[in-house]
Amino acid sequence: MPGSGSERCSTLSISAEHPRFSSKAFALAPGEESIAVRLEAVSKRFGEVSALDDISLAIRRGELLTLLGPSGCGKTTLLNLIAGFLMPDRGEIAIAGERVTFTPTYRREIGFMFQSYALFPHMSVAANVGYGLRMRRIVKPEIERRVADALALVKLSGLEDRRPRQLSGGQQQRVALARALVIRPKVLLLDEPLSALDRNLRAAMQIEIKEIQRKLGVTTVFVTHDQSEALSLSDRIAVMAHGRVRQLGTAQELYREPTDRFVASFVGDVNVLRARLAGIHGTTAEVLVADQRVTVSSRTLRDVGPGGPIDLFVRPEDLRVVEACAPTAVRGKVAAQIYQGGHVDLHVDAPGIATARLLIRLAGHEAMTRWPVGAEIGITIAANNAVAFNADG
Amino acid sequence: MGRSRPQLILHLVGVLVVTAILAFILLPAFVVTLAAFNGRAILSFPPESWSWQWFAKALAYQDFRDGFRNGVIVTACASSIALAAGAAFAIALDRYKFRFKRTLEMVLLSPLVVPHFTVGLGFLILAAQVGLARGYGVIVACHVVLVLPFVLRSVYISLRNLDPRLELAAASLGAPPGRVLVTVTLPLLVPGLVSGWLFAAILSFNEFTASLFVTAQRTQTLPVALYNYVREYADPSMAAVSVIYIVMTAVLLTCANAWLGLGKVLNVEHQR
Repeated sequence: MPGSGSERCSTLSISAEHPRFSSKAFALAPGEESIAVRLEAVSKRFGEVSALDDISLAIRRGELLTLLGPSGCGKTTLLNLIAGFLMPDRGEIAIAGERVTFTPTYRREIGFMFQSYALFPHMSVAANVGYGLRMRRIVKPEIERRVADALALVKLSGLEDRRPRQLSGGQQQRVALARALVIRPKVLLLDEPLSALDRNLRAAMQIEIKEIQRKLGVTTVFVTHDQSEALSLSDRIAVMAHGRVRQLGTAQELYREPTDRFVASFVGDVNVLRARLAGIHGTTAEVLVADQRVTVSSRTLRDVGPGGPIDLFVRPEDLRVVEACAPTAVRGKVAAQIYQGGHVDLHVDAPGIATARLLIRLAGHEAMTRWPVGAEIGITIAANNAVAFNADG
Repeated sequence: MGRSRPQLILHLVGVLVVTAILAFILLPAFVVTLAAFNGRAILSFPPESWSWQWFAKALAYQDFRDGFRNGVIVTACASSIALAAGAAFAIALDRYKFRFKRTLEMVLLSPLVVPHFTVGLGFLILAAQVGLARGYGVIVACHVVLVLPFVLRSVYISLRNLDPRLELAAASLGAPPGRVLVTVTLPLLVPGLVSGWLFAAILSFNEFTASLFVTAQRTQTLPVALYNYVREYADPSMAAVSVIYIVMTAVLLTCANAWLGLGKVLNVEHQR
């Protein structure tokens, strides 16, 4: 990612106090109290590379918002800007209604959790968790009580005296989480915290982070490149690419109503079918896939006339398999079957409507015997769930 | 497990070669140690009779005592100054971007280009020019120049091994820069600082070539005192001093190992 080159030097930015701004209160717009973090037209460049381009984003109080995108999309840079590890070139950042654009990290009241956990190796678990409280000059009995509470919250009671290197990866992660939460941050920032864990542990930690986050009601920004993680954790997801937010919405909105091709193909599995526009009627459009007529929303289409080329994005579970001779069905041939327990994935070659191999997801395992590899099949599209975009290029 | 005959021969040859190399490395120390216990007043090997008398004589000899004291003073001052300066340079090189950074890096990290006698001669001329007597100041300054690169390198390596995210984490937890330094950065750099200081101290205490130029009779360090001694006498008390020196250094490094782990002190082990 573009920021990594400057990471080492960025440690110094914690002392960079900008003279132009004191942390005076923003003039709050009505309803602004419900916004925990606000970014206004924020841009950041690293040399010639634009890492963030004019980002505006409002993170609601108490929500878990995920920044999702491929590596290099600017999501970690955005998180570092909120944390104050980096300063924006343009734009403003406010936390809890207070302008913090150039406020050093240590005055921002944030909790930050690194992918590598960044536990202090020379301190015990209890000293790690209590570090932020000691910096706030809280009295010792209260530090002890709050550290004990935080460790109980992440189910690590009894490990107070261990050193970080004596803990497993999952335990280190919990210490890092407790350390970030114990200071009661205004916003909790998590930088791909689960990517170092193995798959089973990751799934368990996702649930646990979500539970803790909901219990404490702490506003959380979670960075990940893993779309399934984002779908399962988030209240809302901001999909990012090339330094911009492409779409902001709930998991369902992103999955069912993506506003552009990138979001449609990045979030969840999707098939891209060649289609032609039959006609637009107000907010809906009729699209023809071979001889099949499909109704879609027209708001994602720009300047296409009847007969114009369209790419139809269809989720794997929205394709149906029928007998090859069925009317209007598109012909295809089963190339592979993958048994997934609850469902079966069919990989199908259908050169008539798609250049890439199609993925069809069928509930139940009877599809295994009904549509064996090599079988000629017919494919139909379930109503209403497809999204159409202008054909690529 | 059974080994084939060629493998066995290869294995034995390997063991033999390694043993031979080790023996070769330790040979001088071994010879000197035996020579120190010679009963007669000659430097010979192997000794014909055995005695502790040269140790007693070496410890009682005034020039050696003075040399040792001078050496300790010079070493303590020079390594401490070099440590402070080297740490500052290391931090600057690690954290900041500035013009001539590469040049500074090259100058500071390539001590082998300028020979020790050049450094000594330079300081001798300089001291004479400004009318400075050949006191401790000149020797310390000279030693600082000689050991600085080693301290710098040691601290620099520790800094490179220090995860910058630890400092960011501390800042995110509310620690201002000064407290980050005291509570996180410095504690994690301690092995590097100690190893840097130890390297500097051992080098400085041993240093002969440059010291010969800048020391006077009154301020001569132990190696210079030994040299002056051997020009006139050739009895085993020099060997005795060597043995004492080896034992002292070994004790020092053993202590450092017990405290901090030799791997860390010598920077051969990653701290993460």
